[in-house]
Amino acid sequence: MAEITLNALAHTYSDAPSKPEDYAIRQMQHVWHQGGAYALLGPSGCGKSTLLNIISGLLEPSDGEVLFDGKRVNELKPEERNIAQVFQFPVVYDTMSVYDNLAFPLRNIGVPEHKIRSKVLEVAEILELSDQLKRKAKGLSADQKQKVSMGRGLVRDDVSAILFDEPLTVIDPQLKWKLRRKLKQIHEQFNITMVYVTHDQLEASTFADKIAVMYQGQIVQFGTPRELFEHPAHTFVGYFIGSPGMNFLEAEVGEDALIFGEHTLNIDPKLLAALKAQNATSATVGIRPEFVHVWDGQNVDAFKVDVDFVEDLGTYKILTFTFAGVSMKARLSEDQKVPEGKAFVSFPEQWTKIYLNDYLVEVPHD
Amino acid sequence: MTKVENNKAWWLVLPVFLIVAFSAIIPLMTVVNYSVQDIFDPYTRYFVGTEWFKQVMLDERLHDALIRQFIFSFTILAIEIPLGIMVALMMPTKGKGASLALILVAIPLLIPWNVVGTIWQIFGRADIGLFGAMMAELGINYNYASEPMHAWLTVVLMDVWHWTPLVALLCYSGLRAIPEVYYQAARIDKASRWAVFRYIQLPKLTNVLIIGVLLRFMDSFMIYTEPFVLTGGGPGTSTTFLSQSLVQQAIGQFDLGPAAAFSLVYFLIILLVCWVFYTTIMHMQKDK
Repeated sequence: MAEITLNALAHTYSDAPSKPEDYAIRQMQHVWHQGGAYALLGPSGCGKSTLLNIISGLLEPSDGEVLFDGKRVNELKPEERNIAQVFQFPVVYDTMSVYDNLAFPLRNIGVPEHKIRSKVLEVAEILELSDQLKRKAKGLSADQKQKVSMGRGLVRDDVSAILFDEPLTVIDPQLKWKLRRKLKQIHEQFNITMVYVTHDQLEASTFADKIAVMYQGQIVQFGTPRELFEHPAHTFVGYFIGSPGMNFLEAEVGEDALIFGEHTLNIDPKLLAALKAQNATSATVGIRPEFVHVWDGQNVDAFKVDVDFVEDLGTYKILTFTFAGVSMKARLSEDQKVPEGKAFVSFPEQWTKIYLNDYLVEVPHD
Repeated sequence: MTKVENNKAWWLVLPVFLIVAFSAIIPLMTVVNYSVQDIFDPYTRYFVGTEWFKQVMLDERLHDALIRQFIFSFTILAIEIPLGIMVALMMPTKGKGASLALILVAIPLLIPWNVVGTIWQIFGRADIGLFGAMMAELGINYNYASEPMHAWLTVVLMDVWHWTPLVALLCYSGLRAIPEVYYQAARIDKASRWAVFRYIQLPKLTNVLIIGVLLRFMDSFMIYTEPFVLTGGGPGTSTTFLSQSLVQQAIGQFDLGPAAAFSLVYFLIILLVCWVFYTTIMHMQKDK
């Protein structure tokens, strides 16, 4: 059991890094609390696996420290860190039976055989592998193999954290949710810190209490799935989380409002002041399709926009329209009137986010 | 879609059929033909049935050669397979060292067989050969031309030197094919170096090792050139293996009938041993 702290951590694969792009992990400060279920979400190549391998010790970071319960572990090898890791492709020891696979980590540290037995049976029970124990691991299906590799982490009492590196990639879709639920259940039962790497937002939000969104080697936001959805701290979070992603449009910072060509948008004066304080002449406005208000009829507070097309996605519809020359999307509920030709939309102030250089501009609330 | 019968398509198989016929079937049938006849000259030949086979089966000289052959093959397998694996495990995997090691290891494989025999013939001489001189320095009166044990040692060493690289290269390619995550998982599971070898590397090498063992068995069972050059089968008949007996019989004495019968028996033994080995391994794997 452990709290994992990443202190001023950075990693580069280059010998002579000169610019931020040379870093696979840009300097970060982060804490994974004991017992949490976390997801590390991001697109391919953003550094998630690198970060995971640094935590488990398979990779040594070029800068900064990894701390387990406040103790520096940079110099410890993976086998000394008491970490379990489940990889993208299931790793089982082919020639061993399922039982021997599960017993392997315990045998390696010299646990007496009767203790191994009770522990293996217990874990097999939880993973629903009890009837497979005598089988050779080679003949198992991908999801069973993945359970076995997970089980090798669970049998050890000394495990401080289990790291998952996209563990469901090779699993059939209908088994994915089952295995994910199993993971969740195991987390509740064992109270182990779990870090789950994925590029699938659905997987991340169903598994984790808190999600760290990674982009270009940085954690751009760390929060609950709801926070990520409602208050994206970075334009990438807005774009990556949600389907379809957040609408973004560039605005000019005006005297007392934001200006989009012929339209103006009134925002919180404090936000405007914050923008001006940074001498910003333009800013990015983001609003989720779910929060764009589409009026049934003409409205003085609403912008009149051109409807491009409407997609019917079953229980809801996606309206695509052009506002100030930018294509945007809005979500229409099933029973909502579908506008034709022109539509009247407004952006509720609460859900309209302002970004400067990709980061959310915030002001303290009263 | 209905199936269209097109018998002309059979012509496409003809080239393969012809090649196989000329490379295997016709030569083999010629041997079968010889094995049942007593041939005096191209125009005088008698059908003798299984006479030669009976004779071959009862020939003491051939029994001795067969036993020697098995001892030789199993000895070199017992040395070359483990040694090849060890060499493969020690070879560097990255950088310039990797290419250099590959070239160095492959060198013995590039040397013509009779040259290998000549190299060891000189290498083993106590007067001008490095190995022979070294043995002499150690106080051993090393002489492969007169001491059967020394002759055996030299022949085995020569084969090990010549062919371990093949096993090593096969294993090396097998080892390179193991994904990195297996090693990572093993580190996390705190596996010892031995456990990594026993439970990851060795199982993943099974397939290349089967090929290695089969190739080395067949080749060593048919070995001819190197011992012929090195010892000529001597001293006495101590290093006379099957192929050498065969050549003596066929070309030396020109007993084509018995030699042909012998060839067929020889061929069947190799086939049988390989088949037994292969089915056993496959059977063992199925149980897993």
